[in-house]
Amino acid sequence: MPARRMITVDGNEGVAAVAHRLSEVIAIYPITPSSSMGELSDAWSAYGKTNIWGRVPEVVEMQSEGGAAGAVHGALQAGALSTTFTASQGLLLMIPNMYKIAGELTPFVMHVAARTLATHALSIFGDHSDVMACRQTGFAMLCSGSVQEAQDMAAIAHCATLNARLPFLHFFDGFRTSHEVAKIEELSNEDLLAMVDEARILEHRARSLSPDRPEIRGTAQNPDVFFQAREAANLFHDACPGHVKDAMERFAKLTGRSYKLFDYAGHPEAERVIVLMGSGAEAVHELVDWMVARGEKVGVLKVRLFRPFATADFLHALPRTVKSLAILDRTKEPGATGEPLYQDIITALREAEENGDSPFAARPKVVGGRYGLSSKEFGPPAIKAVFDNLKADKPKNHFTVGIVDDVTHLSLAMDNDFDIEPDDVVRAVFYGLGADGTVGANKNSIKIIGEETPNFAQGYFVYDSKKSGASTISHLRFGPRPIRSTYLVRQAGFVACHQPEFVEKFDVLETAKPGATFLLNTPWDADKVWDTLPRELQEGLVERRMKLYVIDAVKVAGDAGLGGRINTVMQVCFFALSGVLPREQAIEEIKHAIEKTYSKRGAEIVKRNFAAVDAALAHMHEVKVGDRGLTNRRRPSIVSENAPEFVKRVEAVMLAGKGDLLPVSAFPIDGTWPVGTTQWEKRNIALEIPVWDPKICIQCNYCAFVCPHAAIRTKAYPNAAAASLADDFLRVPFKSNDIPDHAYTVQVAPEDCTGCGLCVAACPAKDKTNPRHKAIDMTPQRPIRELEAKRFETFLGLPEIDRTAIKRMDVKGSQLLQPLFEFSGACTGCGETPYVKLLSQLFGDRTVVANATGCSSIYGGNLPTTPWAANKDGRGTAWANSLFEDNAEFGLGLRLALDSRKRTAEQLLKRLSPEIGEELAKALLDADMSGEAGIAEQRLRVKALRDKLKGLKTPDARALESVVDDLVKKSVWIVGGDGWAYDIGFGGLDHVLASGRNVNILVLDTEVYSNTGGQASKATPMGASAKFAEAGKDLGKKDLGLLAMTYGNAYVARVAMGGKMQQTVQAFLEAEAFDGPSLIIAYSHCIAHGYDMVHGLDQQKLACETGVWPLFRFDPRRVAAGLPPLLVDSPPRKGKVADYMRNESRFRMVERMDPERFKRFAKASEKAAAQRFSVYEQLAGLKVALPPAEPEAAPVAAGKKE
Amino acid sequence: MDLKTHYLGFDLAHPFIPGASPLCDDLDTVKRLEDAGAPALILRSLFEEQIVREQVSTFLHTETHGESFAEAMTYFPAPQSFVLGPDEYLDHLRQVKRSVSVPVIASLNGVNPGAWIDHGKLLEQAGADAIELNVYRLATDLDTDGAAVEEATLKMIRDLRAAVKLPLAVKLSPFYSAPAHFGAQCARAGASALVLFNRFYQPDVDPVALEVKRELHLSTSEELPLRLRWLAILSGRVFADLAVSGGVHTAVDGVKSIMCGASAVQVVSALLKHGPDYLRELTVSFERWLEEHEWNSVAEMRGNLGLERCPDPAVYERANYMLMLQSWKA
Repeated sequence: MPARRMITVDGNEGVAAVAHRLSEVIAIYPITPSSSMGELSDAWSAYGKTNIWGRVPEVVEMQSEGGAAGAVHGALQAGALSTTFTASQGLLLMIPNMYKIAGELTPFVMHVAARTLATHALSIFGDHSDVMACRQTGFAMLCSGSVQEAQDMAAIAHCATLNARLPFLHFFDGFRTSHEVAKIEELSNEDLLAMVDEARILEHRARSLSPDRPEIRGTAQNPDVFFQAREAANLFHDACPGHVKDAMERFAKLTGRSYKLFDYAGHPEAERVIVLMGSGAEAVHELVDWMVARGEKVGVLKVRLFRPFATADFLHALPRTVKSLAILDRTKEPGATGEPLYQDIITALREAEENGDSPFAARPKVVGGRYGLSSKEFGPPAIKAVFDNLKADKPKNHFTVGIVDDVTHLSLAMDNDFDIEPDDVVRAVFYGLGADGTVGANKNSIKIIGEETPNFAQGYFVYDSKKSGASTISHLRFGPRPIRSTYLVRQAGFVACHQPEFVEKFDVLETAKPGATFLLNTPWDADKVWDTLPRELQEGLVERRMKLYVIDAVKVAGDAGLGGRINTVMQVCFFALSGVLPREQAIEEIKHAIEKTYSKRGAEIVKRNFAAVDAALAHMHEVKVGDRGLTNRRRPSIVSENAPEFVKRVEAVMLAGKGDLLPVSAFPIDGTWPVGTTQWEKRNIALEIPVWDPKICIQCNYCAFVCPHAAIRTKAYPNAAAASLADDFLRVPFKSNDIPDHAYTVQVAPEDCTGCGLCVAACPAKDKTNPRHKAIDMTPQRPIRELEAKRFETFLGLPEIDRTAIKRMDVKGSQLLQPLFEFSGACTGCGETPYVKLLSQLFGDRTVVANATGCSSIYGGNLPTTPWAANKDGRGTAWANSLFEDNAEFGLGLRLALDSRKRTAEQLLKRLSPEIGEELAKALLDADMSGEAGIAEQRLRVKALRDKLKGLKTPDARALESVVDDLVKKSVWIVGGDGWAYDIGFGGLDHVLASGRNVNILVLDTEVYSNTGGQASKATPMGASAKFAEAGKDLGKKDLGLLAMTYGNAYVARVAMGGKMQQTVQAFLEAEAFDGPSLIIAYSHCIAHGYDMVHGLDQQKLACETGVWPLFRFDPRRVAAGLPPLLVDSPPRKGKVADYMRNESRFRMVERMDPERFKRFAKASEKAAAQRFSVYEQLAGLKVALPPAEPEAAPVAAGKKE
Repeated sequence: MDLKTHYLGFDLAHPFIPGASPLCDDLDTVKRLEDAGAPALILRSLFEEQIVREQVSTFLHTETHGESFAEAMTYFPAPQSFVLGPDEYLDHLRQVKRSVSVPVIASLNGVNPGAWIDHGKLLEQAGADAIELNVYRLATDLDTDGAAVEEATLKMIRDLRAAVKLPLAVKLSPFYSAPAHFGAQCARAGASALVLFNRFYQPDVDPVALEVKRELHLSTSEELPLRLRWLAILSGRVFADLAVSGGVHTAVDGVKSIMCGASAVQVVSALLKHGPDYLRELTVSFERWLEEHEWNSVAEMRGNLGLERCPDPAVYERANYMLMLQSWKA
């Protein structure tokens, strides 16, 4: 058997490498956690990497997974070997085509990184709920449980599908397998060539649609024949398991790795056996080996081929000694008699008994259980609990494991201290920041160890739910045997904390085993650091007799010119302390890895990293644990004592990283979550925060306007309220003719600010004698944290402005309103959130938001905490995320229901008006709510009505009470990104615009799929490099605004806060006031554009000036006034588009790759900008002719026809 | 009429060379310049500081966001052909070399030793016929004296001289305490030619916005006299060719420069203003002028008004005007 290359890859890469080499056409669409399979395939094809037949596969990005499925269906029908990659909701969108592809007996493999389906909440993590929704499509379903298996099974699926003529859904666990980095044996092109049968490919091609031998497919059949014809394919389904077995045997001969439809491992006379699929089976296998070695008769049966279910193979794979079986499903099927695998096995066993085929000595007891939903940990404690359950006389059936269910009491009790990991496996845990490069360095370490030593290696990474200041936890294992531990490291010999502040937030020693080494990056010297540590950490170090090493990695990296990128420094320390490799060799390998990783980033980057590596060890020092006594300072509590009960009881536990411990009873039953809880999570991630100098401030409120996190605020409050304030609370008289006798304050929320600096960039007020000093300057946070926190608390206690007092709702006025969207987890410097925050300020107390899945749904609704908030009256934005593709429709539904409720209220009000009082009823019904004053008055009337209703005892009164608040104007905002609006949700958005209903659509246009990592959308501009458009997008951006204008009945605006803040405010106000559909397309700078976000506003300004992003408002109401509906708000173009483009990496990358191509793009973009601007200007001159007023028709006698 | 000149080891058909500027960024313009009779071309500077800054900022602003959030391991494609470094310049240099038959002089602008020297080697490998060094940096540090600034520059010239075999021109600024001495030192350090002088972005103040902006205006003929003075002072006294850069807009400007000692006359602003074809007009006018004034060759007029041969060297040597009476030598 030829020696193959050992490679270190994650599951997605292992699978994609096979799929790409065995395909001709690949249609893709990004969705977590499968996106990287499509990205890699696209990149490989872009570089000209060929499949095993020497041809470059065609990779096409579609507008949705439904589109991708349609495209592969077409490609298959035309005879191409095709594949696609997806997960979760994406897979659901493919289901209609899956029935077709299977019904037409088409060889095809789709690879699925199995992920949770959204139910009460969305989850990006792994379980089998998506694939289980496909089990009746007719697809064969093949499952793998490790990175090695995922690669291998991909090849087996591509082989078997050709022979079986059935499509295959190959799946593996999202994140646990798709993102686990492991050392595996790579399949060569020769292997793949040997796996596929050329004759079957020719047959597939021969069946293709061709006008040279025409056939008809997709006929419509009727009751007379459909049924029979549907049964005609039975033989293929029957034969499929045999073809899979053949493929597995062929594979075993080639590689020596043997797989069966059902793989058994364990005691040959096992009495207790767990049956399951996916990565969990590896963990069970590991524990079974451990238990068998200790004399226990246990086993595990790994299901590889789930569909078609091969009953005979299943029965014969189990030892006949089995007395009890636990069937574990990684999905939940509410209301069923059991989960899918359990049901199949119950059926298989029963049928075997009926047929007299049962191989078992005695009828085994069978129980089913659920585990691992949404990547819930499934390690030795959970698995042992299942085996223990099987020992019972009456084992618990339909159990859950891995959680504490104190409501329905289905969960099995676990011994959380149970551990079986052997000492010869090195285990290390690293706490880092996303931005410090910890994960990247660990991936490099795994590669180094995996590829330079005989050791096997495994890496798994746990990420934060926030996008700014995100923490990461890396779990690494290295050992002499293949690693089956598909769960987090539980007992680490090495723990590193790359960020000093984490010791204040997390129990970083949670996984440290006795005698372990702890490495801490800290600015403190070795002789002083001990006293700075919280007592809990000191106790952990002492009690576990640990070794402590410290290094000021920030200084080392800073001296080398790497800013906060401390990864290589810490990596050197890890190798030096862990001894996995000889020190010199390790340093050499690290440098080699740096060269490989960064040489494309430039010689300077390599040089600086080398300098950091060389300097690292001289700065690392050991601190003798126990030399100094314990100090008394304890880790601060996660949230304030003043936080609401739910925040303290539930969210604080989640924030501490202990959410796994929360029982079922802790949670709302339907996913509903309280608003406004980010305020309790004091993240303290900013190194610098803005500080206000009232002497210079001109009270423009620009700082608050552009703040992405509502962390700098302004308030005008009565002088009377100011009188009692402490002297050190900064304020000045408020400059306003409309609102006299008020004081004014600009205040930062120091612990919530992310330190982006946009406020300072926007501040126009300079100290004339020292223009470097502005009305706000960035200042180191730590020394002023407490003072500013105290001031912020005072600030929050000041009264909010009376909304009706603001006569001019401009930039300044809008920022006096309380933001009801605050401290989200959005990226530092995010370009989207200022718009979202503005929405919340202007209308947030009477708004319902439908939010498309994407960045805005993640920073808007990713737990633990929620940024949408309520005001002191308890009013705020009600927010919901349905799906990615349906958001416009979802929002329309909200509108329809709100309108219906309002009609109900009006009907009841009319009916009850005699009891309520005609005057009040009439006032309520005829209320003018076009302004804040009208709304405030209506709220007072509603209050009066509510009071009156209390005295009425009729059913109508109760019914009116239930809808009484609907008499106050409600605003519906449909919010989402460009991936939704331009691509996957465009059909719905178009339909909603055409509906004429009063909804407001806010498109946060970052010009890429930001949330999934920067894939091109139809909003991506020409010349920008994005994933799936690496060489720069050829086509220009879709003009969504112009398309929407063609309806004529919709309000449309294009805004950019950095271009013209006032125009942005005006557009929001007009859109909301417009009684019909309105669309606002908002330029949102994004980290996926590749520059420092502090310059985001400057780039927006340039985009507007050069005509890349012309500002306009199209208001159908202007027609009635005899005015052109379109108003162009941008001044005449100036500056060059190329200058705008060169400031951003997304364009600049193209110039570096191919300067001539860039020039063509720049020229074409310049021309396009000029043309677009000219079209708008011409449209802005067009008045829409109104039909002449019809003369009043003369009465026509009945029956008489003119 | 013999317009030929010898500069940086090349025999050029005439002295007017398009100087380092964006003119040569575009291959079409490059061809037009050659068609207009450019005897050599000088590419825009490969700006070492810019390369380093772009590498670092791209690294920090693309890398730091990756591996932070479970849904996006990266935010950018990682194209194999995307390399941050001098490659873009080198590719362009190769393309220019392929499209023209005249010598192509690459230009380097750097302040730090190290990568700078490597870039010189890369330019040589990419086919440059000569290198023009633009070494000036603003000495804003109160603790760095003039000698240290000069020595740092001379070291760079020596290092590059040792690293590459190509002819080196050094483009100087006028802001040295002793430009004549420093020019001579540069020649000793290995400069085959001295170019007088480079022009920089100049700060301008916006008194309303309280901002300082950087601007680069096109030159005018008014800038020429400064250059004429130092050409004349160095002419025939240093072991290096001299070239003028900055302020040449007419054929007569070129004549003056040559009479003060220039072997080559670099033109940028005039070409940016009038287009590449203006080069032909310049040379035609230049030839006509020579004919009208009965010169036979460029060589015979070069340096005739230099310090050593001009009728009144004091005009070059004295900073202030003196009455004839005061010029009496005791």
